[in-house]
Amino acid sequence: MIRFQRVSKRYPNGREALSELSFEVPAGEMLFLTGRSGAGKSTVLKLIALLERPSRGEVWVNGQNTARLKARRIPQFRRGIGVVFQDHRLLRDRPVFDNVALPLVAADVSFREIDRRVRAALDQVGLLGRERTLPLELSVGEQQRVGIARAIVGKPPLLIADEPTGNLDAALASEVLDLFARFSAVGVTVMIATHDLAWVRSSGRRELRLEGGTLPVAPAEGALPADVEALMSPARP
Amino acid sequence: MSTRLGNWAARHGHAFVSTLGHLSRHALATALTVIAISLALALPLALGLLVNNIRSLGGTLDESLGLSVYLKPGVTESAARTLAMQVRAHPGVRSVTLVSAAQGLALLRAQSGFGAALGSLTDNPLPNVLEVHPTPAAATPQRLDALRTALAALPPVDAVQLDRDWALRFNAILSVAREALLISVGLIAAGVVAVIGNTIRLEIQGRWAEIEVTKLVGGSNAFVRRPFLYAGVLYGVCAGLLGFGIVLAAGIALARPIAALSAAYGGHFALQGPGLRELGVLVGVGAVLGWLGAAVAASRQLARIEPRAG
Repeated sequence: MIRFQRVSKRYPNGREALSELSFEVPAGEMLFLTGRSGAGKSTVLKLIALLERPSRGEVWVNGQNTARLKARRIPQFRRGIGVVFQDHRLLRDRPVFDNVALPLVAADVSFREIDRRVRAALDQVGLLGRERTLPLELSVGEQQRVGIARAIVGKPPLLIADEPTGNLDAALASEVLDLFARFSAVGVTVMIATHDLAWVRSSGRRELRLEGGTLPVAPAEGALPADVEALMSPARP
Repeated sequence: MSTRLGNWAARHGHAFVSTLGHLSRHALATALTVIAISLALALPLALGLLVNNIRSLGGTLDESLGLSVYLKPGVTESAARTLAMQVRAHPGVRSVTLVSAAQGLALLRAQSGFGAALGSLTDNPLPNVLEVHPTPAAATPQRLDALRTALAALPPVDAVQLDRDWALRFNAILSVAREALLISVGLIAAGVVAVIGNTIRLEIQGRWAEIEVTKLVGGSNAFVRRPFLYAGVLYGVCAGLLGFGIVLAAGIALARPIAALSAAYGGHFALQGPGLRELGVLVGVGAVLGWLGAAVAASRQLARIEPRAG
């Protein structure tokens, strides 16, 4: 579903966010992207959502080489990716329904279909009946769930989340992560950037730990120092 | 096909309604922008109508284009009357009016304010005058010159004055005014595009978060641009309507003073106000300029959001 091949990213200010990063994520896997702030987590997500393009190397998402994608194909490409933000990025002046419907409206889905799918998505995150509520009238956890409903309403095969539990207490964070696990169970590939290491460890899911824009080779995990491919292969418990 | 058409209509209807909602939520800002643009649109319309009205005024004056034939001092009024009959038979002459010396003096007394001074005169110093008006076909410079030569050759005629120079000057002034109008239309159109472009640019910046999210969830540029284009067109159309209203109101306000002025000169000139054609042109031009300004601003702003290679 996702394949990074020796990807480097240097920003115009000269900072090298990623260097020679390679990894692969098979369809249906749920995994975590960890590391200190500045390690390159956000850059990885931006490259996947095609908010940035790599300086070197190739990024493959959903069977497509993002470098080959023409500008007018980008909207279609992004409809295949659900994105969840730490600050959820909801439109404050629009009710919950409009926020969740946005990807469908943008994709020219008929209004009857939009109504049906928005309700289904809200039902999945446990917010059915709150369609007319404004985001600021909701609790932080509920706002995050509206953001998740917006990410899944278009039924994308890939879900990426940037610190989705960053603003939530432990109980709410656990709730949100359970939600992601449910999507993964039905075949959605889920990649979560987080620093919530305790939960990562207890989940038993694979962890990509970025350090200085790359994956440090870790002999303790049983991989040969030079064998990057082996390190990248999905290591399910 | 029909469902695709239905979807298309629904999408545009949705964009249009949401744009209307957005503009009405910011009613004051919207009103100020519309007023500024409407004044810019009203100005060339008012100037254009002014030029047209003056030209039509010139048209009625063209008919009064003529020759003043001054007869020699000794020619009596009855001899003048006979001469008038002869001149009237001349080809190219539409009408001849005799202004006798006595009539001329009376007019001068009434209009010039020198009544008392003129009253002290024992003799009437004015000659008899024939006002000769050419037929429209004969109202060309060459034929008027020929007519003047022919009239000047008549024995009782002292001098012939052709009232033509003022008409030429009048036409020259009018053509300058028309050129100035065209230039001002171009400048004002550019100004309207700039005003609407800037308004839309600010609006885009104010809704930047929304645009980013929309693009991130797969909204195309066309989708993101659509409400702003509608806003530009709506600004233009509303400003066109308001600008038309302003010119119409100004015309109504001016109608009475102009009628009074015209009556003071013995004319019956009525101001021609803006009509349906002008309304259509103003609204159409407003819509096109609004669309243009919005399109320029939107494409410049949206280009900033594309992924960068680095």
